[in-house]
Amino acid sequence: MTGYYRPSSLAEAATFLGGGGDVACLAGGHTLIPAMKSRLRAPDALVDLAHVPGLSGISREGDRVWIGAMTCHADVAKAAPIPALARLAGGIGDPQVRERGTLGGSVANNDPAADYPAAVLALDAVIETNRGTHAAGDFFLGMFTTALEDAEIITRIGFRVPQGAAYAKFAHPASRYALVGVFVARFAEGTRVTVTGAGPGVFRWTDAEVALDTGGALPALAPDNLNSDIHAGAEYRAHLAGVMLRRALGDMA
Amino acid sequence: MQISLTVNGSRRELDVEPTMLLVEVLRDQLRLTGTHIGCDTSQCGACNVLLDGKAVKSCTVIAGQVDGCAVTTIEGISADGALHPMQAAFREAHGLQCGFCTPGMVIAGIAIAARHGPDVDKETIRHDLEGNLCRCTGYTNIVKAIRAGAAAL
Repeated sequence: MTGYYRPSSLAEAATFLGGGGDVACLAGGHTLIPAMKSRLRAPDALVDLAHVPGLSGISREGDRVWIGAMTCHADVAKAAPIPALARLAGGIGDPQVRERGTLGGSVANNDPAADYPAAVLALDAVIETNRGTHAAGDFFLGMFTTALEDAEIITRIGFRVPQGAAYAKFAHPASRYALVGVFVARFAEGTRVTVTGAGPGVFRWTDAEVALDTGGALPALAPDNLNSDIHAGAEYRAHLAGVMLRRALGDMA
Repeated sequence: MQISLTVNGSRRELDVEPTMLLVEVLRDQLRLTGTHIGCDTSQCGACNVLLDGKAVKSCTVIAGQVDGCAVTTIEGISADGALHPMQAAFREAHGLQCGFCTPGMVIAGIAIAARHGPDVDKETIRHDLEGNLCRCTGYTNIVKAIRAGAAAL
């Protein structure tokens, strides 16, 4: 039987998480619960973060928009002051999923086809936890792997406000996950382009960044090391990345 | 664990496994079998219920999470045998064939009306039905029904 804890503070949550065994944080549960139902995950216990205060909400501080880890996708879609980020959140799953699924849950899980990691990396975000902070560039370590340590809990994420940004994805028709998604963000010092869904984890498409900053021709993405599965081959995903890049550029606002 | 849950307006004290699915609590413990299990993989929306007023998939919420919450199922959207305006619109527009997906469609329709108001257009309804699958026929009459139901609310 899976244990269930419902802490009312971050410190209490961390204590439960550090108590030994496979103990998982439960945020919105819209990845973890399906994974448990299909027996991909069988944690010894769940630590439900829903009653830990201060983990939800959206606020602007200087050049960053901070979003609490437990903020659901529907709320980000409604209220994030970065339009590209709001649109990305509004395209995750379906309306019912967006009422439950959370920013922190998605980022901590780092599904290679999730949408949020593309925004976190492109918007040069800071991931704040109960232990400190991580720069987005150091956070995503490949498929379902992040820099989070045991008992480390994301509290909020600070996205840099870009001059312009857009996200385009080719959604898998059943799951709505990104077969390929491309996020483009323009800052004073240069453009950041990230790709999700195509490879083993989110990555920066540096050739595209250089091309956009220097006015060069847009590059093709090499299919080496991209995913091939029943949904799409690596070459197809590489092609889609170019199409999604152009779509994102057309939507830049 | 003991949870306290308001279901269709009545307070219920329940003894549950914390990881039991909300849909199992509703169907197996409370015998509210109007909420259906279609896919059990968070895709089809047959198990939609209103949780604190928001439409969610009850196959992807566990009992521990709903302690202290209010759930409205298809049985609870109207009282005294009358049809809720969204249900009446589904009947009027023939927005169903076998009826299996209908409870979830009606709940989704109520949520769509709450989000977009009485003049919601067909394109918005189609987009917002992304998480509701009908395998009988198609969505034309379902969209018509939700449009009429939203206008009547």
